Amino acid sequence: MNVNVALIDDVSPETQLIASEAGPAPKRIVVGYGFWIFLLSDIVMFAALFAAYAVLAHATAGGPTGAELFNQVSVAIETGCLLASSYTCGLMSLAVGSQRRFRTYLAAVVTFVLGAAFLGLELREFAGMIAVGATPQRSAFLSAFFTLVGCHGLHVTVGLIWLVVMMFQVAVKGFRATVERRLLCFSLFWHALDIIWVWLFTVVYLMGVIS
Amino acid sequence: MSDTHYDRAPGDATALPDVEQGTSSGVLVYTIGLALAVVLTAMSFWVANTSLLWVGGVSLGLTVLAVAQMGVHLVFFLHVTTGPDNTNNVMALAFGVLIVALIVIGSLLIMADLNANMMMPAEMMNLHLQR
Repeated sequence: MNVNVALIDDVSPETQLIASEAGPAPKRIVVGYGFWIFLLSDIVMFAALFAAYAVLAHATAGGPTGAELFNQVSVAIETGCLLASSYTCGLMSLAVGSQRRFRTYLAAVVTFVLGAAFLGLELREFAGMIAVGATPQRSAFLSAFFTLVGCHGLHVTVGLIWLVVMMFQVAVKGFRATVERRLLCFSLFWHALDIIWVWLFTVVYLMGVIS
Repeated sequence: MSDTHYDRAPGDATALPDVEQGTSSGVLVYTIGLALAVVLTAMSFWVANTSLLWVGGVSLGLTVLAVAQMGVHLVFFLHVTTGPDNTNNVMALAFGVLIVALIVIGSLLIMADLNANMMMPAEMMNLHLQR
């Protein structure tokens, strides 16, 4: 590989950079690209839910408003959990890259616990809201809120199940190329969920409290 | 040896810059990303709760902070770069951002416009239509 680079460098430094000259892209790149397209389509779906929420945010029909319902401390802890879990997920993909089994399991367990803590806090928040009568049926604002935040929570749930499945695959199959590509897709998914949460806590919780 | 780069079957390549660069610098990248994200998140919560800032600008400030944090996540966590391997990813991302902006801004503009028209008294509406 190094020899190859040296030879090409003699001819032209740019040759190495032209994608079409280097032959077909590695499967890892292709898989990552395909999954990236899926993630973007998922984000477009979230954009529709965000648009619906933003339009209906003040349609409370005389019911409770966001400023009355949202608990910022709880949201801050949820944000911290998800951000830390995104970080440990990154550490997990580094451990996978260097094929270290123990570090992979450790990072996966921490990622799972933080993700589950996020989900638990969110469900407790939902239960508290429903207990005071702020159900999805109460107003258009609450319908949009539960759809948007619930959809993100559902994605986190799916991610947690996926993580467990991937750890079983690592345990049974080891660090095969296919397993590594699936883990790559998982980490992309998990980081994308964190990006959606950034917009969620900004648009729903923080902007809901100030206005 | 010298031809391995071209003779590989499609998708067989295992040597990757991300993996080759070693774990320690990878940890550094994620840690920088985490630190920046924590700072931006803390700023968002502070901006939303402080009374020092002009209320009208808070929404815009929060949006700017969210955009910045999205950038941090994309670069440090998702590793979307300007490298040649990433050209397609960046193009797809640009398209995705365009669609998202069209959906969100378009919906808000249209609904705000409809609301404004609904609020108008009947004679004003009439004038508006005749003009």
